[in-house]
Amino acid sequence: MAEIGQSPLRASTPIGIGAKAAIAAEKRELKTRWLLVSPAMVIIGLAGVLPLSIILFYSFMSPGPYAGVSFEPTLRAWVFLILEEDLFEETLGLNYAHISIFSRSIGLALGTTVLTLIVGFPTAYFIATRPLRQRNFWLFMISLPFWSNLLVRTFAIMMFIREQGFVNHVLLYLGVIDKPLSIMFTPTAVWIGLVYAYLPLMVMPLYASMEKLDFRLIEAAYDLYASRWKVLQKVIIPLVKPGIVAGSILVFIPSIGAYVTPKLLGGGKSLMLGNLISNQFGTSRDWPLGSALALFLMAMVMIALIVYVRNESGKSAHG
Amino acid sequence: MSRYFDFPDFPADQSSAHVSVPRNELTLICLLAITDCYKKQVKAARPNSACHRNRRINVGDGVAIEARDVSKIFGTSTDQEVWALDHVSVSIAQNEFFTLLGPSGCGKTTLLRLIAGFEHPTDGAILLEGEDISALPPFQRPVNTVFQNYALFPHMTVAQNIGFGLEMQGRPKDEVADTVGAMLSLVKMENLKDRRVDQISGGQQQRVALARALAPRPKVLLLDEPLSALDLKLRKEMQLELKRLQHETGITFIFVTHDQEEALTMSDRVAVMRDGEIHQIGSPQDIYNRPNNRFVADFIGESNFLEVQLLSRNGSTAKVRFANGTELDATLPSTDVTSGSITVIVRPEHARLTADRSAGHLQGVVNDAVYFGTDTHYYLTLDGGEEFVIRQQNQRGDRGKISSGTQVGVTINEDSIQVLAN
Repeated sequence: MAEIGQSPLRASTPIGIGAKAAIAAEKRELKTRWLLVSPAMVIIGLAGVLPLSIILFYSFMSPGPYAGVSFEPTLRAWVFLILEEDLFEETLGLNYAHISIFSRSIGLALGTTVLTLIVGFPTAYFIATRPLRQRNFWLFMISLPFWSNLLVRTFAIMMFIREQGFVNHVLLYLGVIDKPLSIMFTPTAVWIGLVYAYLPLMVMPLYASMEKLDFRLIEAAYDLYASRWKVLQKVIIPLVKPGIVAGSILVFIPSIGAYVTPKLLGGGKSLMLGNLISNQFGTSRDWPLGSALALFLMAMVMIALIVYVRNESGKSAHG
Repeated sequence: MSRYFDFPDFPADQSSAHVSVPRNELTLICLLAITDCYKKQVKAARPNSACHRNRRINVGDGVAIEARDVSKIFGTSTDQEVWALDHVSVSIAQNEFFTLLGPSGCGKTTLLRLIAGFEHPTDGAILLEGEDISALPPFQRPVNTVFQNYALFPHMTVAQNIGFGLEMQGRPKDEVADTVGAMLSLVKMENLKDRRVDQISGGQQQRVALARALAPRPKVLLLDEPLSALDLKLRKEMQLELKRLQHETGITFIFVTHDQEEALTMSDRVAVMRDGEIHQIGSPQDIYNRPNNRFVADFIGESNFLEVQLLSRNGSTAKVRFANGTELDATLPSTDVTSGSITVIVRPEHARLTADRSAGHLQGVVNDAVYFGTDTHYYLTLDGGEEFVIRQQNQRGDRGKISSGTQVGVTINEDSIQVLAN
């Protein structure tokens, strides 16, 4: 803000004579800036801050008799995040269903991040090493699925991995398996779906940092007796680390809150946090618990982001 | 001379493998011996000191690198084929400072990259000490490169950069540390060893790049226009520094440049290249005084080209007749020259002006005279219409330069006319 605020006028005006005019100009500029920013502020306020405040408020209320909330303050929703009431003894115990959903969500999000990294790294390297004109083509191919709806893409994956799907047909034909694999409605199916959905989010930042990579450094490393594996380990990975971190964050965050993919591919047994939250607002009619869960998810995303920002700022402070 | 790079563990030096002095100590002893010897030589400034004599013997002991009929074609389809190298053969002696000189696109960098292993020859072979290394990847060749823009690893410190090659060779940690220390002192960078490479100046980066490439004790060091990014003063400094390093390490240097002055001042031998071919290989004196053809003569230094008639030949010299009838002796090039009309060159500093027109070998009129401090350049038009430049050293007693329009004679120094191959 500070450097934008300094108008070129002010810099070139002699101190004293034009100072008043310069201050006035700066004030005008400040006003214009506020005017320009205000639509965004209104949208953020109405669509972001306000609903979040309502959710925060709801999470401290009791559930209403037919959905909604009754305005009696309580910590019940936050307690029920990981605990549950025993129906008969009215004592509190760990809610294993919730804990398994949390761990599955985190596990699948981490798994997705790792697999997209493994698949995306060579892909991004391949694109970055193409001649300049071909790169845009490959990037377009990578981002092509992104232009279609997530729902459509998820259905496409379903067609692929279902019992009578392409994958099973090919594997049966090749004789790798003798009876069709049932991948659908398992965490594996969700995993595959998430990797497919978020791969472009990994490839793009990886490509961005690989494109900046000076390939003469790789030649220099080869020249200095580094084998291909050592070049990757000692030169390429340290230099594209910002891309790896950015891609991992970009994949982890939407993965942990995924809703459509686990709903369609995971069936009832592979629920993730997103589905659990939606259930609270739907069939379970427990809005306060849904609100608390939503905030819990947001907290996890925030933690991931803070770790990322810390990592980045630490690096730039060092540099 | 006990060279720093003669190590018991060096594959080529199997004979000395029984030496019982610990390797690290040996490193130090050798380094001290070299530095000492070098200092003495500088102090005494005697060309025949022990250092110099030994070095003379070392040069030409054996062939370090040989390119045997090497061709490199880029582009796959026949209509896009580019012959970066066209049947090039050259052999570079051990401990030689060899320069590949030529304009950009002449294939000099391609030849360097073939020796380093970044490219593989389409045809022919690259031999290192008689062994065919054409198929080896760069990391299996005892050859290191100093890159044009240094290519230092930005995520490492100066010391880590220098130690990289040794670490990749799997040398023990204390040996790496010792060698890095020795290298740092060799390039005078001890106090900057923990800096990141983007925190040091261009000249310092240059030194680090040199130290990094020298640290693993390569048999051959390749330098790809390493001085082109430096300003003039630093470049001059580094030219001397490079000569010193080559001298102290006794490693074969192959230096690529498009700067003729750099090539002439630093090299033992120079290969002049154009369009993927080597036009001439020789000492700087040979290249300058006895250029084979028009391209070499034109590319290195200034030349006056004159059309003459070849009258008779006598061994390596010939009698030629100029357009005005003057007959003089000229040196023939190594390649064959057909009789009749040929081209000869005369360097601008090998001719003098004479006030008496008839006393000169050639006659002409001064168009322009430009004063350069150390000397004055006279731009003449000869009576036959050819342009001719004379560079004459200035003396304190000179009565001022000869003004344009003056009719003058030109006297060519003896043994200064070189016939060009056609």
